[in-house]
Amino acid sequence: MAEITRGFEGRRRDSAPQVPPGQYRTDDFPVLSAGPTPRIDPDEWSFTIVAETGQRTTWTWAEFLALPFEDVTADIHCVTRWSKLGTRWRGVSLDTLFADVESAYDFAMVHSYGGYTTNLALEDLLDGQAWIATDYDGEPLDPEHGGPARLIVPHRYFWKSAKWVRGIVMQADDEPGFWEQNGYHLRGDPWTEERYS
Amino acid sequence: MSGEPGWRQGHVVALAPTGSSARIITVRVPGWPGHLPGQHLDVRLTAEDGYQAHRSYSIASAGPGDEVELGVDLIPDGEVSPYLVEVAEPGDALEVKGPLGRYFVWHDDDPSPVQLIAGGSGVVPLLAIARAHAASGSTAPIRLLVSVRSPDDAMYRDELASLADGGLDLTWVYTRAAPPGWTAPVGRADVAAFAASTWPASAQPIVYICGPNGFVETAAGAMVGLRHEPSRVRTERFGGR
Repeated sequence: MAEITRGFEGRRRDSAPQVPPGQYRTDDFPVLSAGPTPRIDPDEWSFTIVAETGQRTTWTWAEFLALPFEDVTADIHCVTRWSKLGTRWRGVSLDTLFADVESAYDFAMVHSYGGYTTNLALEDLLDGQAWIATDYDGEPLDPEHGGPARLIVPHRYFWKSAKWVRGIVMQADDEPGFWEQNGYHLRGDPWTEERYS
Repeated sequence: MSGEPGWRQGHVVALAPTGSSARIITVRVPGWPGHLPGQHLDVRLTAEDGYQAHRSYSIASAGPGDEVELGVDLIPDGEVSPYLVEVAEPGDALEVKGPLGRYFVWHDDDPSPVQLIAGGSGVVPLLAIARAHAASGSTAPIRLLVSVRSPDDAMYRDELASLADGGLDLTWVYTRAAPPGWTAPVGRADVAAFAASTWPASAQPIVYICGPNGFVETAAGAMVGLRHEPSRVRTERFGGR
C-alpha cells in the first residue's frame, strides 16, 4: 500500500463515475502537441484512406463537407491525467469513410499534417466509436486543437485522437505510431490505464 | 490500489523556494532507474482516507542517482501544486512513476546547437537539459531564452546565472517588469526578439520550447516563421485555451 501523504487532503473529490482511474477532471481544454502547430488551408486539405490493394479513397475539403455529419458528445481522457467530460464535436463517422474501403487488414496507421502518426486497431475505429471532426463546441476547430480536421476516438487516451489528420493507411500488424514509439502504450485504454509501454 | 505496476514510493528530502510562487522539491526514490534531461514523471499523493490525486511534472535534475528534483509553480486553485508548494515537508511520502516521454529529451552525443526557449515554469525541463549539457562537457553550443513576468518571478535565477558564466548563452525576457537599468523592451517576446536572441535556422539547432500553451504557440510559430524546420522544433505545453 502507498504511504499516506501527510498534510494532503485533496480538493476535488467530485471523481464522477465517468472519470477513469488515475485521472482528474478539468473544465479547461489543455493543448498538448509535440511540435509547432501546422496551419492547413482547407483548400489544400484532403483525406485519403489507403488499403493494401493500392485502393485510395480520397476526399477534398468540399467533398468531405458533403458527407453526412453527426453531433457527438463524449468524455475525453488525456494520458497526462486530465479528463474533460461532455465535450461536443461535429464530424463524419469512420463508418461512413470506410463504407467503400476494401481491406483485410486489422490495423490502421493514422497520418497527420506535420508528420504525426498514431496506430489503432480497425475495430477501435468502426461501429460508431470514431469520427473525423471539424467542429468543437459549435465552432470550427481551432488549429491548436487540430483544425481543420482531427480524429476523435474518445474511448482511447486522447493522443490517439490525432490532430490535423490527412489520412489512414491500413496495416497488417499493429506497428507503433509516434508516441507509441516514444514510451506510450500501443492501445491506450483509459479504463485499464494502458498508459505507458 | 497500489498494486498497479510502475509506482515507486518516494519521500521528500529537501525543499527550497524559487521565484515568487514556486518551490524546488527533491524526492528520494529508491530504485529510480535514472532519466534523460527533458523527461517528466507522474506524482501520486494519497490522503488519509485513501483518496489519491495524480499529476505530471517535468524533472529539473539531470544525471544518475536515486534523487529527482521537481520545480513546481503554484496553481492557486489547483489540487496537487498547493500541497507541493505550501504544505510538503521533508519526510513526507509521495509516489512517482517514470521517467516518462522519450521525445522532449536531449542526448549529450548530439552535436547540434541547442536552443532552449522557456516561458515561466517551463524552464524546469530546459534547466535539466542545461545542467546535463554542462555536466557532459558537450561542445554543442547552447542558448536559453527565458520569458518571465518580472525578475522576482524567475525560477532558478541564480543557477541560470552561474550556468551562463559557464558557457550557457542566456537571454531574459521580462513581460511586465524589468530589473533596474534594463535597456531591452519590456513585453512579450515577438518575432524580432526571437530572431535577435536565438540561433538562426542556418545553424540547424535542435529547438526545445516549454511553457504555457499561449507562449509555446507564439514561440514555435515565430521559430517556424524564422525558417526553422518544424521537425527540429520540439514543444511541451501546459494549460489550454
